Amino acid sequence: MPKVAMVEALSMAMASELRADKDMLIMGEDVGINGGVFRATSNLQEEFGDLRVIDTPLAETMICGMAIGMAAQGMRPVIEAQFMGFVYAMVDHMISHAGRMRHRTRGRLTCPMVLRMPFGGGIHAPEHHSESTEAMFAHMPGIRVVIPSSPSRAYGLLLASIRDPDPVVFLEPKRIYRWGKEDVEDDGEELPLDVCFVLRDGADVTLVSWGAMVKETLQAADKLAEQGISAEVIDVATISPLDMDTIIESVEKTGRCVIISEAARHCGVASEIAANLADAGIYNLLAPVKRVTGYDTVMPLYRMEMKYLPSVERILNTVKKVFEVS
Amino acid sequence: MSATVASFSIEYHQFLDRDGHLIGDEVPELATDFDELISIYKLMVQTRTFDYKAIALQRTGKLGTYASCLGHEAVQIGIGSAMRAEDCFAPMYREYGTQLYRGVKMSEILLYWGGDERGSDFAGPRHDFAWCVPIATQCLHAAGAALAFKLRDEKRVAVTVVGDGGSSKGDVLEAMNAGSAYDLPLVIVIINNQWAISVPRSKQNHAKTLAQKGLAAGLPSIQVDGNDYIACRLVMEEAVERARNGGGTTVIEMITYRLSDHTTADDASRYRPNAEVEEAWKSEPVARLRSYLESKGHWDDTKQAELEKQAAEMVDEAVQVYMNTPSPGIASMFDYMFAELPHDLQAQKEFALKEADNA
Repeated sequence: MPKVAMVEALSMAMASELRADKDMLIMGEDVGINGGVFRATSNLQEEFGDLRVIDTPLAETMICGMAIGMAAQGMRPVIEAQFMGFVYAMVDHMISHAGRMRHRTRGRLTCPMVLRMPFGGGIHAPEHHSESTEAMFAHMPGIRVVIPSSPSRAYGLLLASIRDPDPVVFLEPKRIYRWGKEDVEDDGEELPLDVCFVLRDGADVTLVSWGAMVKETLQAADKLAEQGISAEVIDVATISPLDMDTIIESVEKTGRCVIISEAARHCGVASEIAANLADAGIYNLLAPVKRVTGYDTVMPLYRMEMKYLPSVERILNTVKKVFEVS
Repeated sequence: MSATVASFSIEYHQFLDRDGHLIGDEVPELATDFDELISIYKLMVQTRTFDYKAIALQRTGKLGTYASCLGHEAVQIGIGSAMRAEDCFAPMYREYGTQLYRGVKMSEILLYWGGDERGSDFAGPRHDFAWCVPIATQCLHAAGAALAFKLRDEKRVAVTVVGDGGSSKGDVLEAMNAGSAYDLPLVIVIINNQWAISVPRSKQNHAKTLAQKGLAAGLPSIQVDGNDYIACRLVMEEAVERARNGGGTTVIEMITYRLSDHTTADDASRYRPNAEVEEAWKSEPVARLRSYLESKGHWDDTKQAELEKQAAEMVDEAVQVYMNTPSPGIASMFDYMFAELPHDLQAQKEFALKEADNA
């Protein structure tokens, strides 16, 4: 079995489904001969041809609007926004049509499409290339929002997203595109959507995260272990719909919860998880639920970006505060 | 040095003048196919009868806000009658003439404007898009449908419409550009009815025509008298068949007039001179086709009275179906969100049902 990075696992998943489903196709800017600016579609046009892996004119609204039209007429388009910072031109079509097509027509027309995009900061990129606005998509009815945090989960979750009969926004944490290589078998096996993954069992505190921050969260759990604190680590993976059952079950055991997200704090997915814990898990809590997040500022240019993103140290400091309460 | 590297022109098509007389030297076959023209004329009258009734229902509290199609009958039925059943229509929200021609039921149209999603679950045509309120977005859905047809090697055409106001939006230009880039089997009709709610055509831009937007994308681009059914139908047919046979996308500007308010929630007298509307009535499409048929001895007052009676009965039947449709029920808010209801929505659905029981 080859050890692959996340970006290669994504490519494997797309190739696997292009082979399995004649209606699946890929569209985006530079996805063809160039293989995408991060190489997620590397060699796919070579293998499947330019009618299955389609370079588009530079028009994001067009890509998304056409994908919705194609999906409604029986295709399974997987489209790419080159960066999350450029997805806003697609948002009208996602909220106004992708998430409503099935509901609007009582199931007569549906929208089985995937909108993939790299997201998140930490790669020293120019302005608009480091966004984490996943909460915006999570707020839209009718759309699943899926975020992998390892090569194997990237493979299985992307396969599931492509096969899903409804629209999926698939956010790829580009900071860890090439981090944490794993054995990923190209077996066409999908992973379940709508569930969290418990990455590490623990007894004293539940650390909840998703995307690239899972890396720092796992590192923080290692440090906590050195201090004698046993942290359970949960990768949310599908942020809409949220699998609160898994999180609540964990908090029932640990009594403490810290949520780690690189997105802005206000109205974020971390806030939604905290609100659900206040609603359904409060009697099991020994201490307040804490959030470690980005700030409610514009994402800074890269000289300051690592000060914006939660660090292992910020996570540890927050966990320390939780234990100061109880 | 300078040289002209490209030059363009826009052709204008019209066969019937506003009094219903054939103009020009060319007499198209359609102009002497009176069986066909009579059946089209009947649908125009039925469409108008439906439209008046829908407004009356809204005014008496039996229908929600409704967007009238008054004055657009030639455009809409011209589009519909140039398409095949297997082609795909992506409408805006007032193209009832096209939709009725294609098999959408009057009762379904009423259900939609009566606040019930089941109106968009057409018994047919099952593959047509539903009404599209976000202006111009439907143009890209049609472009996507056209690409799907092309990739699957199906001889089908996607047809979409947008208004003079909507033509100012990027989605239309991106759809035209896609039509050009991928040689899509697509027809984009700009229905220029002179008014985007309260903003007149002259304020959208100072281009001589709206059709010329297609020229920038390298597409055949034509202007037509949108109150002349014969012209609308023939120009559409040529574009649809060109698309079907691999000739790519066409842009057609159909010039007509919105004789109604924008919707029943609008009052056009706030911004539009009555004299202009009165003048526009002199060019309206239904009377024009009737005049032509009468001038050729194929229509008279007796036939008209019979048609009006039949149309009123047809509309009344649709109103009965609409009025007798029971509530969709609370579960319907949830049941069509996803193929399979996710756990969170399942919980919300149970809550909503329980709340309703408690109420």
